[in-house]
Amino acid sequence: MTSVAEQAGTQTEAPRPSPGVARKASAWARRAPLLPALIFMIIVTQLPFVATLVISFMDWNAYYPDERGFAGFDNFVRVFTDVNMRDAVWTTILLTAGVVLISLVLGLGIALLLDRKFRGRGAVRTMMIAPFLVVPVAAALIWKHALYNPEYGLFNGALTWVWGLFGSDNPPQPDWISNMPLWAVIFSLVWQWTPFMMLILLAGLQGRPLDVIEAARIDGANNWQIFRSMTLPHLRQYLELGALLGSIYIVQNFDAVFTITSGGLGTANLPYTIYQIFYQAHDYGRASAAAVIVVIGTIIIATFALRTVSSLFKEEGRR
Amino acid sequence: MTATAVRTAPPGQKKEGRGGAWLSLLAWVVGILFVLPVLWMVLTSFHSEANAAQNPPAVFAPLTLEGYREFFSGGASPWPPLLNSLTASIVSTAVVLLLAIPAAYALSIKPVRKWSDTLFFFLSTKMLPVVAGLLPLYLFAQYAGLLDNIWLLIIFYTSMNLPIAVWMMRSFLSEVPVEMLEAASVDGAGLVKTLRSVIAPVVMPGIAATALICFIFSWNELLFARVLTATVAETAPVFLTSFVTSQGLFLAQLCAAAFVVSLPVLVAGFAAQDKLVQGLSLGSVK
Repeated sequence: MTSVAEQAGTQTEAPRPSPGVARKASAWARRAPLLPALIFMIIVTQLPFVATLVISFMDWNAYYPDERGFAGFDNFVRVFTDVNMRDAVWTTILLTAGVVLISLVLGLGIALLLDRKFRGRGAVRTMMIAPFLVVPVAAALIWKHALYNPEYGLFNGALTWVWGLFGSDNPPQPDWISNMPLWAVIFSLVWQWTPFMMLILLAGLQGRPLDVIEAARIDGANNWQIFRSMTLPHLRQYLELGALLGSIYIVQNFDAVFTITSGGLGTANLPYTIYQIFYQAHDYGRASAAAVIVVIGTIIIATFALRTVSSLFKEEGRR
Repeated sequence: MTATAVRTAPPGQKKEGRGGAWLSLLAWVVGILFVLPVLWMVLTSFHSEANAAQNPPAVFAPLTLEGYREFFSGGASPWPPLLNSLTASIVSTAVVLLLAIPAAYALSIKPVRKWSDTLFFFLSTKMLPVVAGLLPLYLFAQYAGLLDNIWLLIIFYTSMNLPIAVWMMRSFLSEVPVEMLEAASVDGAGLVKTLRSVIAPVVMPGIAATALICFIFSWNELLFARVLTATVAETAPVFLTSFVTSQGLFLAQLCAAAFVVSLPVLVAGFAAQDKLVQGLSLGSVK
């Protein structure tokens, strides 16, 4: 896939007989189509971070406009000693890891189920995609009110119905969100993200070299062996891709936390916590310091992640 | 479960035994479980409020448009937010494509020297937490008088989707065979002619996939829309947040609202299922 680009890339790097002016002109002609997008991205995404960095060293609360000034590292000290921030870090890790892992495993299982010919396969695939196509706020609202609600939600309604079948009029009616707030958020997100993982893994399964698998089968390999030593290694890069992209989106999740629990009951993740410091406490200095710390943390993690992606795309190029 | 599933793979094999039938049944059950909340949302939206709030659920209750009537004309009209969402999504998608296609061209067909670094710069902006850029954008908007202005959202949505679009378009443009480009240049075809007759036919489906993904992500966005807009430029997801706290009997109306707001994405997504996979994997899975 990258062969086109690489070939052309080496051409430009080759020394040319023409004098410097012409070469410069041609280099700029190459760069020209790229510049609008690049400049736009730098202005809209990098400049704000510079501003965030500056504000993080300031005493700035919109409620006390007169006290604006230089604060040194005060905001950072406050963020590091803030129990809520530490909880938020932990919640973010749990939420992201939980959703990514569970939806990857479920997605793999369902992709394997759908990688066979059976009646209505297209219909099942279409049904599976539906959760991903519900607007996230709408999905969170449906889970909160139409499914989890202890009085009229579908879950407790189903419990009443099943208990009723056995003649019992005393079914358990748990308050799902209060009893397990973080899991309530995780389940609703797993429901939305499993289709995403399933689609990527199914595409991976369908790109398997079937003749090799057939050969292994003839050589007497059993299904578990084929899965362990052929299917899984082939799927590895698709699993990594799904995990990476899923993490990028879920680590930033705001909609589900905001809607289902409003950050209460220990479900406030980092995006929600920073939103709160900024939007409700109006403490701009502290919100910026928190943001700076999150950005640094993200850069550290993303460096590893980017290495994965670049190896992924290189492998793809080799094929 | 996974092991048994493999037993009957790969597709296109001979007749399957009873195990295969059970696996097909399992696939159906799982599919129905996943679609059930969506179906429940649609069904409840057509029930009366009293029936929607029954326990055990009143599945076969008579259907009514009460919930939709209440949603569209009960309180604040949902039309301005829906139109705002439509404007923001369509305009930002168009701008993204205008910026991303030339950029992707400069990263694949006639690449700049450090095309790989540039590509990863675009992706890295996607990894930075958006919430960290929220405050400066808000302060800037306040200063520039752009709060509650749909154009500010359009600019932000463009920056949110541009990296994805650049990655996708680069992956699609890289598929244009070198031989075709060479043949075109031997024939003396100019840039415009090459673009039109060689490149466009190959990448058109890619452009459609990119547009679909950008549209969906813009339509869904909540955090920035909530912070940067108020009554004038409010988008549909922000409008939905008025349902976060329960207000007596409101489940049917809520389901109607959730369904109406999700409808454009559901229609577009179902219509272009294959494009969805390409788009979500940044064009790496085809």
